[in-house]
Amino acid sequence: MDNNSEYLHPEFETLSVSEIRDLQLKRLKDTVKHCMNSEFYRKRFQEAGITPDDIKTLDDLKKIPFTTKQDLRDTYPFGMASIPLKDCVRLHSSSGTTGNPTVILHSQKDLDEWANAVARCLWMVGLRPEDVFQNSSGYGMFTGGLGFQYGAERLGMLTVPAAAGNSLRQIKFITDFGTTAIHAIPSYVTRLKEVMDQQGVDPQRDTKLKTLVIGAEPHSEEQRKRIEKMMGVKAYNSFGMSEMCGPGVAFECKEQNGLHIWEDYYIVEIVDPETLEPVPEGEIGEMVLTTLNREAMPLLRYRTRDLTRILGHDCPCGRHHVRLDRMKGRSDDMIVLRGVNIFPIQIEKILMQFKELSTNYLITLTTDGDNDNMTVEVELEELFTDDYSRLEKLTKDITRALKDEILLTPRVKLVAKGTLPVSEGKAVRVVDKRKVYE
Amino acid sequence: MTINQLSIFIENKSGALIKVLDLLSKEGVQIIASTIADTSEFGIYRVICNKPTKAYNILKNNNINVQLTDVLAVEIEDEPGKAAHVIDLFTQAGVNVAYMYSFLFKGKGVLILKVNPLEKAKEIIMLEKISFVTTEDLK
Repeated sequence: MDNNSEYLHPEFETLSVSEIRDLQLKRLKDTVKHCMNSEFYRKRFQEAGITPDDIKTLDDLKKIPFTTKQDLRDTYPFGMASIPLKDCVRLHSSSGTTGNPTVILHSQKDLDEWANAVARCLWMVGLRPEDVFQNSSGYGMFTGGLGFQYGAERLGMLTVPAAAGNSLRQIKFITDFGTTAIHAIPSYVTRLKEVMDQQGVDPQRDTKLKTLVIGAEPHSEEQRKRIEKMMGVKAYNSFGMSEMCGPGVAFECKEQNGLHIWEDYYIVEIVDPETLEPVPEGEIGEMVLTTLNREAMPLLRYRTRDLTRILGHDCPCGRHHVRLDRMKGRSDDMIVLRGVNIFPIQIEKILMQFKELSTNYLITLTTDGDNDNMTVEVELEELFTDDYSRLEKLTKDITRALKDEILLTPRVKLVAKGTLPVSEGKAVRVVDKRKVYE
Repeated sequence: MTINQLSIFIENKSGALIKVLDLLSKEGVQIIASTIADTSEFGIYRVICNKPTKAYNILKNNNINVQLTDVLAVEIEDEPGKAAHVIDLFTQAGVNVAYMYSFLFKGKGVLILKVNPLEKAKEIIMLEKISFVTTEDLK
């Protein structure tokens, strides 16, 4: 490691576009061959009437069918593995509340490469081994925990696995350990600042903070600027998804003009979510990713459901890895709120367990101050009591059941029967009033 | 001794109450007494009327959250201390009052009480020979 270099992996980071394409083709061929060890892909290729030998150019990628989240569910838990289970060393799983969970398997090599990718991202925004990195992100199955932990350690930083919550303790760590960088979801940074204010801690005067890494929760450019202003440091946008290991997929460089996606790790396609045809470069579409150096569980043309667009291949930072715009939304109905992924069907499933409620409901997402909140309005089917306390208890019971399911506490509001909008055909269940995708 | 009260779920938003009142007035239901407490999001509008069953059906058919609730309707002289006497008897017998409101009807005071346990309250009314009001009386 050369501390003065702008690049942790110059041999990959400074490749020209054509060099990147050559490397991608080589890795794609290897990946496709390796995928034939997976029962799932062997069958997929058979059904599509193709063999690994049909992949001769990057353009041939189009011959391969898409992989979807449903495929991951259908092959639960290990049906997608491309290596024997005994050679896997880690798995991350989704909560599986919308059907089978999705399981992502990792070999030791996968974990190494993942750590390398995260380390590369952190180095890119100026972090060095002498930095103290506090990871204020959830641990456990949430990949932002271990993902940043191993990445920050790989870079050589003193890494504090502070995990999420307990703001007073977080602030004590920051001041006592001389934390210079924090990773957290954006809304948690604003929460930390609130508590700092209450405690009379000025991040500029009383801490050594210089870098924030924020992600896992959609946020607008305006929100980023507000966070930078309140903390007095730079905040860099991080993009990851558990299907692609977790964090380290795409990251902003110091230019803060789009997120470089590591093209030595992934092939990026942007497609129209309806037609599944590529959109002209620069237009918004669904991001489709093919992994290029995964061993345990490579994914070919995985539909991420995230909507974004390609900003360009050149950047003053000297990297030609393509820059993605911040995420513009989802092509499915998944809600991302405070770093938690929620499908409306999860909420519906819980509400339907309450006999007192009608089948009509409405989820409204709002930004109140610095926090994003969810309100769930539910229609009362029968007035089963004329006792306020029993209606309040019902509201509390619904709130608790929803919290157990989606891990966030929504505001639950009982409304009169027939008052929620019922649209023709498919009812509108989610109204997103947040200003996150602008 | 008990009469049917309409309990109607009303959201705290403009137009919610008028919708209910319009439906009732169109069908000739006369409201004798009503009460609604101020709450932030919703309230229960409690109504004593001349035709509770008819009113219930009208509201029900119009998709309004409504319940018929048995409440005690006690008649008292329109004089100081009469309500206190009734409540005192209930208190001594361990009967809880969930809510209460009152109105004047044909020169007499009427106390509407939601109590628990109801059976015990009824016993007290019989034993103490307290006058009460029936739905018939209100027609």
